[in-house]
Amino acid sequence: MTGIIDYDAGNIRSVENALKRLGADYVLTSDIGELASCDRLLLPGVGEAGWAMAKLRERGLADFIRHTDLPLLGICLGMQLLCSWSEEGNTGCLGIFSNKIRHFRTFLPAGERLKVPQVGWNSIDSLKSDLFSGVAEGSYVYFVHSYFADLNENTVASTEYGIRFSSALGKDNFMGCQFHPEKSGDVGEKIIANFLKI
Amino acid sequence: MLTKRIIPCLDIKDGQTVKGVNFLSLKSVGDPVELGKAYSEQGADELVFLDISATLESRKTFSSLVERIALNINIPFTVGGGISTVEDAALLLRAGADKVSVNSAAVRNPSLISDIASRFGSQCVVVAVDAKKENGVWRVTTHGGSRFSDKELFSWAMQAEKLGAGEILFTSMDHDGTCGGYACNEYRRLSEMLDIPVIASGGAGNAEHIVEVLSPEGGCADAALAASIFHYGEVRIPELKRMLAAAGIPVRMS
Repeated sequence: MTGIIDYDAGNIRSVENALKRLGADYVLTSDIGELASCDRLLLPGVGEAGWAMAKLRERGLADFIRHTDLPLLGICLGMQLLCSWSEEGNTGCLGIFSNKIRHFRTFLPAGERLKVPQVGWNSIDSLKSDLFSGVAEGSYVYFVHSYFADLNENTVASTEYGIRFSSALGKDNFMGCQFHPEKSGDVGEKIIANFLKI
Repeated sequence: MLTKRIIPCLDIKDGQTVKGVNFLSLKSVGDPVELGKAYSEQGADELVFLDISATLESRKTFSSLVERIALNINIPFTVGGGISTVEDAALLLRAGADKVSVNSAAVRNPSLISDIASRFGSQCVVVAVDAKKENGVWRVTTHGGSRFSDKELFSWAMQAEKLGAGEILFTSMDHDGTCGGYACNEYRRLSEMLDIPVIASGGAGNAEHIVEVLSPEGGCADAALAASIFHYGEVRIPELKRMLAAAGIPVRMS
């Protein structure tokens, strides 16, 4: 059973649909007891980081997530929430990954232009996680984001958009991907199927 | 590297695709889900479903179709047609659409853009602009090009971006249906002035036109949308992507 952590995080319909396509059982809940009895957890997220952290704290989910030893995958904002700090809303996050979240324009050299958000299909490289077993280097996945995680020892995939950033993170039982595997065609479906085996 | 997107557009009436499709061996060519899946398998990067039916009853049919599309298709898709309130947008986004496109209603009431963006995020708001050149001025039209508004293309696109549009989809009514190529100069100018992606639509007659509108020397657009040339098999997506790659334009190859 996969537990989708419910904290009113925007559109989670597509994550549910992806699990349905793969025939996976799931439950969408904010009940800690119920989440703790699952085999793995998904932290989805579309929205603003400061607001999302407030919601997680309000429901007691922040502490639960920090201490869980279940395999946990954060998607998009969900991945950013697992990091230490976000420039979006200048908010402290869960601190599982030491990475910081910055806006794409923060490090953009003066005079250089970059369309933000990054919208569309970009490639993932230097793949180092069971999430990517059977996924080729340079595969394309779908991104929609204005903020990114920097590179460090937790980086298990990287992507270039103006700057090279962490498109996936991993540490112990925690994983995160900046892109949307649930919208990334067959490659994305493979990544979710891999997570369901962890 | 971020790739340029190829987006087939499907017109829907009463839950069925309207234009004939004569190149895919589908059981039901009228079923938008089957057709969308086929395009996705061919390598389409996104899909657009436009509801061209107008009645309230068919609006309901459309949102249940959107649920079925979301369940069956694993690439992003945009829905549009007749969205005039935040509630209209909410219904379709909750049904599983990734983005909504707004057109005439936003011209009438620009705050519709900021209302949807503040509630659901800019990433899901595509502002579609239909415009026609008159006496050297690109005037924004509504109702499928049949009425002139008081807006001008470039200033309206800038205003839409400020209001929270996530992408601009410009259709040149002078090029649409001509099969003579896209309005490349206008896409280039839009792309230079906006910080959000620009989607080109209207005028594609062959694959070379798409190469031209996406190339840095041509239209500089971030994505190309087309309908007939895909539906009638003039251009097949795998060959198109090979041509784009050969021309040095970054595309997703599957």
